[in-house]
Amino acid sequence: MASTEYAGELEHSRQRTARRSGRALAIGALGPLAALGGLVWSVAQPYRVTLLHPRGEGLWDLVVQPPLLVIAVGLLFALAIAPGILEDLEATQDEG
Amino acid sequence: MQPRAEIVHWLFAGGFLLLGLCLLAEAIVGTEVWRRRRWRAYLWPSLAFAIGLFLVPVMVFFTTSTLHMLAHGAWAQVAMLAGATQLALVRGKLRSRWWTLVVSLALLVSGAAFLIHEQNPWLFSRAAFLHHALGWTAIGASVFPLGQILRPRSPVWSGGFALTFVVIAVLLFADRDLAPIFGHLSEIARASAQP
Repeated sequence: MASTEYAGELEHSRQRTARRSGRALAIGALGPLAALGGLVWSVAQPYRVTLLHPRGEGLWDLVVQPPLLVIAVGLLFALAIAPGILEDLEATQDEG
Repeated sequence: MQPRAEIVHWLFAGGFLLLGLCLLAEAIVGTEVWRRRRWRAYLWPSLAFAIGLFLVPVMVFFTTSTLHMLAHGAWAQVAMLAGATQLALVRGKLRSRWWTLVVSLALLVSGAAFLIHEQNPWLFSRAAFLHHALGWTAIGASVFPLGQILRPRSPVWSGGFALTFVVIAVLLFADRDLAPIFGHLSEIARASAQP
């Protein structure tokens, strides 16, 4: 009886850990996926990245191009926001 | 040096994408983990408020018509209102979760403003198509905050709400001042763009 309870608890704990590691994976992937999206976009439409072949465009046209913005947002999330979330997720796991 | 309208749309798209990613992260880990760091709890309300704030100069400097000015002004006000009520909820100044309905109101007003100020049909140009798409997206998404009030722990509502901003970002990124949509571009749009 006790071993059945223990096995159930173990299984429950295993499921919870898997769910949390799945969440950690998702959080870790959000930023890189967004940045990858921007990278793919810049390869698909290279003329959007005017920085690579400037022809007298102004600053706005050089810097504010959608693929570059997507890459920048992805990197910002991956480097500035995601690490803290992952730490807190891990801390919650340890407490639980 | 004033940027073109499409560049302003792309800048806002960047803000919406960041907002969407943050909300998506909160939907994935849950509010409890997300709010373990105080600054993160304030992030989305502050971003919403900032987006409203930045819409004020857009309203002033991109006044191509009275309708445009009114629409941008309405977005600015409801975005700031939604951000402010969410800030008050996080801070504990407001307690009832029904205040989240202000976000629904903001989305409804924004959607209506998009649809009312776009006078042209869907396939007139890409900008017209995107205005219609953005309007209906915002109106449809206004159901998500209501769902979050009724079922706060359900990831469907929080995930849907987060993805709304990702979709809005994609639609704004797709905007061009003059471009066809699915091969259609009105002759009137083409002629009006010529100097």
